[in-house]
Amino acid sequence: MTAQLEIRHVSKVFGGVQAVNRVTFDVNQGELVSVIGPNGAGKTTVLNMISGFHHPDLGSIVFEGTDITGRAPSRIATLGVGRTFQNIALFRGMTVLDNLMLGRHVHMKTGVLAGMLYAGRTRREEVEHRRVVEDVIDFLEIEPLRKRVVGALPFGLQKRVELGRALAAHPKILLLDEPMGGMNVEEKEDMARFVLDVNDEWGTTVVLVEHDMGVVMDISQRVVVMDLGETIAEGTPVDVKANPLVIKAYLGGKTGAKTWAGRRGTGDRIDASTARRA
Amino acid sequence: MSLLYAVFVAPFVDMATAPAFFVEVLLGGVFAGLMYSLVALGFVLIFKASGVFNFAQGVMVLFAALTLVGLMERGAPVPVALVLTVAVMVALAFAIERLVLRPLVNQEHIILFMATIGLNFFLEGFGEMLWGANVKRLDIGVPDESFQVAGVLVNKLELSAAITAALLVAVLAVFFQRTRIGRALRAVADDHEAALSIGIPLKTIWVIVWAVAGIVAIAAGVMWGAKSGVQFSLSLLALKALPVLILGGFESVPGAILGGLIIGVGEKLGEVYWGPLVGGAIENWFAYVLALAFLLFRPQGLFGEKIIERV
Repeated sequence: MTAQLEIRHVSKVFGGVQAVNRVTFDVNQGELVSVIGPNGAGKTTVLNMISGFHHPDLGSIVFEGTDITGRAPSRIATLGVGRTFQNIALFRGMTVLDNLMLGRHVHMKTGVLAGMLYAGRTRREEVEHRRVVEDVIDFLEIEPLRKRVVGALPFGLQKRVELGRALAAHPKILLLDEPMGGMNVEEKEDMARFVLDVNDEWGTTVVLVEHDMGVVMDISQRVVVMDLGETIAEGTPVDVKANPLVIKAYLGGKTGAKTWAGRRGTGDRIDASTARRA
Repeated sequence: MSLLYAVFVAPFVDMATAPAFFVEVLLGGVFAGLMYSLVALGFVLIFKASGVFNFAQGVMVLFAALTLVGLMERGAPVPVALVLTVAVMVALAFAIERLVLRPLVNQEHIILFMATIGLNFFLEGFGEMLWGANVKRLDIGVPDESFQVAGVLVNKLELSAAITAALLVAVLAVFFQRTRIGRALRAVADDHEAALSIGIPLKTIWVIVWAVAGIVAIAAGVMWGAKSGVQFSLSLLALKALPVLILGGFESVPGAILGGLIIGVGEKLGEVYWGPLVGGAIENWFAYVLALAFLLFRPQGLFGEKIIERV
């Protein structure tokens, strides 16, 4: 079976800095894969190259048999690649509902002229999209926020709305860039649960970039470890955790192993959801 | 004491004693105001969707009017000339996206602004090269005559212009608020990155806003042109649109409309009733002084977004 997403030897240089160097990995249909690594390892750059925000200098990216290397982000989104951003990219001046409806944009069929007329078919289509959006709202438990303006929501909820906008498009693959960054423990648990449920119940492939090791190790099926722009390890969470290269990259020495175990703390709390998955 | 009387009482006495004349002045102000609004609207559309302050909007008005007159002089009937002018403005939008915006993508706003200054000079020269630089009369079939309603003189040309402007504004408002393209336009205005991530193509959106701004420019060009002839001074309309934008807020469609009306009505009333006190010419500076006052006390304008940085 060929993988849903094939990343082959992609490289990217930013003004003399080798941000990503010959990175290669596959993501299979329905998998939940995490990309981890210290700051500056090039994780976000890899996500940006998959979604078309950066174009690789070398290498290729193939999604479901289509070569998407160097395509425009809006065209890649149309193929079913959804994503969220590290620093939250929402339409801050609009309501939660508008944001999610915009997530349906790729599925809206009416052309420019028909769209301007807002009648008949356009209206029926709008109702259909609204139904999909309502499902997402239920799923993410944000019913009371429908009419709230996004910019005024607390950080944790904004992250959730951003996930919702990506989900509204019913993507085939979801790229999440630090969805739990800056969250407190409860918010992280919620987010981890949503990500697991999307993967489990909707069957959506997930590529997760995340710093919280506890969460990553608990929910991922496979982990890709990057350091200084290169992949240094790949495998199941257990394998990766035991890999000396990984320990070195993270902790810079052999004393690291102990501290590594200490990092697991936050992740233990979501063991319940992992158990359910198993 | 007599000065206070002349400033605060006499003008209102004048208004009350000749109500029909007062209404005429008011209508004249509304007409001028709608014209300012139309030009300001062109700015707002482009600024909202791309964050670019389009210095060339005034020249686009001139260019649209020149094209229309030029086509009519060559024998095209009004409807045909109008359709062709729309086509020219849409083609211009494509050209601007391809030749100006795309090469400058991800540049600083100031660079894009400079590019529109270049565009301004180019269009001015190009328009005059194509159609000539002399003042042209634009006759769209509506006579510049007045008729009386309840003792008030109403100008036919101004009335039809005002109705057209109002319709255009209403259509644009519905387009922005109700349609999928309108929602996509607002989304792009809000966050480029997020818009791209959900599959909204920036290039298409830019072409659409520049085309719409071009069509708005046609409307403004036709109305001013029919009133005072098509000439270079049309491009100076952009200067009057600036205070309108400061009043209304750079990102607000209703703000552009209301701002235009306030300035149009304000300067006409000021000129007629307070003008003699200072020897006239209030019309020329009223808008700018009002804008200055707004900059001091409410810099975001009536409807603009207050910029709050969270730290």
